[in-house]
Amino acid sequence: MRNAFIEELVLAAKNGKEVALIVGDLGYRVIEPFADLFPERFFNAGIAEQNMMGLAAGMASEGVHVFAYSIANFPTFRCAEQIRNDIDYHNLPVTVVSVGGGLAYGALGYSHHAIQDYAMMRILPNMLIAAPGDPMEVRGCMRYLINSPQPSYLRLGKAGEKSVHQEIPAITPGEWLEINYNKNIVVQSENLFLTTGTTLINTHEIVGNRKEVAHFSIPMWGMKFKNNQYKKLIQWNNITTIEDHLVDGGFGSWILEILASNGGASVGLNLKGLNSKVCGMVGSQDELLLASGIFSNLLSET
Amino acid sequence: VTNSVDLIELSRAIRANSLRMVSRAKASHIASALSSADILATLYGKVMHYDSNQPNYSDRDRFILSKGHACVAVYATLAEAGFIKFEELLTYGDNESRLMNHVSHKVPGVEFSTGSLGHGLPFGAGKALVCKKAKKTWRVFVLLGDGEMDEGSNWEALMFAAHHNLNNLTMIIDCNNLQSLTTVKDTLSLEPLADKLSSFGWDCVDIDGHNFLQLEQALSYSHDLKPRAVIARTIKGKGVSFMEHSVDWHYKNPSSQELEMALAELDILK
Repeated sequence: MRNAFIEELVLAAKNGKEVALIVGDLGYRVIEPFADLFPERFFNAGIAEQNMMGLAAGMASEGVHVFAYSIANFPTFRCAEQIRNDIDYHNLPVTVVSVGGGLAYGALGYSHHAIQDYAMMRILPNMLIAAPGDPMEVRGCMRYLINSPQPSYLRLGKAGEKSVHQEIPAITPGEWLEINYNKNIVVQSENLFLTTGTTLINTHEIVGNRKEVAHFSIPMWGMKFKNNQYKKLIQWNNITTIEDHLVDGGFGSWILEILASNGGASVGLNLKGLNSKVCGMVGSQDELLLASGIFSNLLSET
Repeated sequence: VTNSVDLIELSRAIRANSLRMVSRAKASHIASALSSADILATLYGKVMHYDSNQPNYSDRDRFILSKGHACVAVYATLAEAGFIKFEELLTYGDNESRLMNHVSHKVPGVEFSTGSLGHGLPFGAGKALVCKKAKKTWRVFVLLGDGEMDEGSNWEALMFAAHHNLNNLTMIIDCNNLQSLTTVKDTLSLEPLADKLSSFGWDCVDIDGHNFLQLEQALSYSHDLKPRAVIARTIKGKGVSFMEHSVDWHYKNPSSQELEMALAELDILK
């Protein structure tokens, strides 16, 4: 996913877009294609994330769309107030890029687990969350962001993810991307799986093209994109949200708020995500996801 | 010398309106505004290029108030410079007023909202970086407090700006020697500040922050390579004898009687 990101950024710069990349001393063997081609637009801020985000905001205030790249909690929680005040409040075109979303850096420990990042970004009024599910969605999200620069958070997995999509989907905020949905057979659908981020891939492996369950991906969302979700949600009897983030304050909670604040009590909602049990656990991403139990009874519970 | 007289009048007007605003709104931080008044008068009266009819014209010099609580001094300066009307100053702190009690980018002429300390210098460095890469000639001025230097983000930005030779960036530290509870010295010792800044790669000058000639010289100059640090030694509450050197006036607001006394000291009728 991170390679798809950098390729899209290079493409944007080649197409004459006013973009810059600033990194927090990370991105070895990822960022070089951009740094080598556009050395005047690449900056290593050093291991200093507060300054990195302030710089990004200052650069953005002069018309540059800045991508500020680091790992997991470093470009998010470490500089949360800079994102809140400098970027989001001033509505500046900075895309915070976090690599290692969810438990992608499982073996590196709790410091490197990005499992509260949606919660932080969800509470910022201007922030667009882009949590692509596969490399194709990374490209789709990047193309949207490049054409609509705004305060945004791009959550990437790591490298080597399989693509579920055959081609680059056109993505807009709040849009549902069809992964599995047989509209000829399922007229009034019973069961819907909604994913954001790379749980797209795990969920797709389980659901495949089963007719009794539909699966959609919502790669872009956030506080200002709640409109129009409700009428789509109430078409379904049972909705399961699946994310590699703590259930508290996450994607499912965003759906829950939309339903609850519109009176959609008739829709059954099952929130699948991480719980505090995985906080502090160390292991591979697969191992930790297994331990979280998110996917263990996914089909039998619906 | 004639010019200096103008700055005296300008800074007197900034102080007077700052006092009126704070008193009317029953707001805090008057002493922080008074220590910055001469710095602001010099910047807007002598040093900076701006056009109040086009607040965002591209080649303007950029000013960022990082010590956002001293906002009344900036609002008063912007009124003197023609960015906002004098009548608007009296809306300070009112419901729905643009002039909120920390400097707000919703006010014409204000580049950046602050209020939490340690945000202005990184932001200013980002602007200076873009300017330099685009080979433009405008300058960035960031005004900080000495207590604000406790914030680690400033030292991150100091390293970055020196590393990238941002000689179009000038940091002014309003060293009024007091912070929230007591002196800077008794909170977290900052001295030797000039040595620290010089060793971080900044072109540093240590001046009297109420001396217009020293201020003008210090702020007009920019080094060939290094970012510039102006340590402005000031008096918190400067210009109003009963507010000077006192932590109390970081918080207190002048009653109408105290306002009258203060304005009399500034030689201005209420």
